[in-house]
Amino acid sequence: MSYLTIRNLCVGLKDGTPLLRNVSLEVAAGEVRGLVGESGAGKSMIGKAILGILPKAAKITSGQIVLDGTDLLALPPAQRRVKVGATCALIPQDPLTALNPSRRIGPQMTDRLVDILGWTRAAADTRALTLLQEVQITDPARVLRQYPHELSGGMRQRILIASAFAAEPKLIIADEPTTALDVTVQKQILKLIAGLQARHGTALLFITHDLGVVSKVCQSLSVLYSGKVVEDADVKTFFRTPKHPYSAALLAATPRYTDPSAGLHPVPEAVIAAVRAEEEHG
Amino acid sequence: MADLYTITDLSLSLADMTRKPLFGAAPRLDILKGLTFTIPKGEVIGIVGGSGSGKSTLGRALVRLLEPASGKILFDGTDITHLSDAELRPLRRRFQMIFQDPLSSLNPRHRVGTIIAEPLRLHGFDAIPLRVLRALDHVGLPATFARRYPHELSGGQRQRVGIARAIALEPEFILADEIVSGLDVSSQAQVLNLLEGLVRDLGLTLAFISHDLSVVRRLCQRVMVLHHGVIVENRETAALFANPQAQVTKDLLDAIPLPDPDQVWL
Repeated sequence: MSYLTIRNLCVGLKDGTPLLRNVSLEVAAGEVRGLVGESGAGKSMIGKAILGILPKAAKITSGQIVLDGTDLLALPPAQRRVKVGATCALIPQDPLTALNPSRRIGPQMTDRLVDILGWTRAAADTRALTLLQEVQITDPARVLRQYPHELSGGMRQRILIASAFAAEPKLIIADEPTTALDVTVQKQILKLIAGLQARHGTALLFITHDLGVVSKVCQSLSVLYSGKVVEDADVKTFFRTPKHPYSAALLAATPRYTDPSAGLHPVPEAVIAAVRAEEEHG
Repeated sequence: MADLYTITDLSLSLADMTRKPLFGAAPRLDILKGLTFTIPKGEVIGIVGGSGSGKSTLGRALVRLLEPASGKILFDGTDITHLSDAELRPLRRRFQMIFQDPLSSLNPRHRVGTIIAEPLRLHGFDAIPLRVLRALDHVGLPATFARRYPHELSGGQRQRVGIARAIALEPEFILADEIVSGLDVSSQAQVLNLLEGLVRDLGLTLAFISHDLSVVRRLCQRVMVLHHGVIVENRETAALFANPQAQVTKDLLDAIPLPDPDQVWL
């Protein structure tokens, strides 16, 4: 039974330029699904559409976003916010801009729990402390009193991960959570996310452009090109036998340090032309 | 082969502004701690390391955007360690740099043609329009792109403009600092293949700074691994990948997720 089902979602600009075309995808409860594509393919747009935080210029024109049996788009905005707020969370890409530079970490983590979900201040503080321990921050009590600029990029990303898990969401959307980090820190952070996800049984929609990362943390993936899902597969099958020519080309462009001759083949023009032609017919 | 760069016991420190007292000088923070190496003419050397390892600082010292505290940098036999800005100016044409973020390193108010022409003008070149077109052609962009603004280009195209601006001056050495880390895999492949071809055709010497060892393996003949401002390994690429010696190198390799679901990783 899938926890999140997106059916034929179309998002466009006000002037009619399509951003997402008939996107359908499912995330089962407790599943990790990768959402892969190049920049401009619409990966983040899907995440934003689910959370109801699309930029003003973009609008959902048709389709359904069904979360836990409720069609979000059929709900009035206020109810939709309550539903999404209580069950979903976001791990944003840039840990620097996602935190308020003028406030201490503690209140930034707990305000939402107290003001919106009605926790007591004491309960929220305890929760923040436990979570920081869970994301392996040493001396969490001190970190809660610090400001974002006093912490490294990896530390800040840990805090955002902890915040995402704070209210025990059923679905987390991770939008390129490690792109801003260097490889060794990336590994630690991915380990953390995967561990927390497994322990809490949270469904995860993992947005990334790195197929290497997908092969490690996801069970299934959707490949996006120019606002359209071109392939939907489980990870094992995909990496052995990618079905769509665009997916195969994307895989061929990914470098591998184990094999100097592999990778770094740009996606051929012919493949892009074929995908475009497909669009016009479909 | 002659050495283009000879670096001896290079140290560099920067002011640590986070610990600066209200009055008085900020304490110095040692970034590079006595590096000794050479870059032969025509070589593509990869400089790798985690964040904070000093790889960008080293790059900036090589093109003398930073002045070393001690040690010596010989560029083609000339000691450039402590040259003044005025003394450096005639040499600058010979060592160029390509930056990480092509959007912030291209003037948004200028057209691509002007961006490439500007350094040519400063260095007193003749036949500038012709040189601009030739540089665009070298990086595989049509001549019509000279009329465009940076915001009208994709990330990969912008990075090509950055490369065109550097090679237009016919330099001997190019420093490329994380130039593909902001690009998608497909544009990354295009830019790297382009760079590989240019190095071969124009006989360039290239220092390629990156944290991505997969990319370095494809492009570089030799790899230098930095950690906390010290060289921990400096060897031929094939040898380094076949048998990494330093723990830092092993950790960096281990941290790369291969696009292969069977690799045991997490």
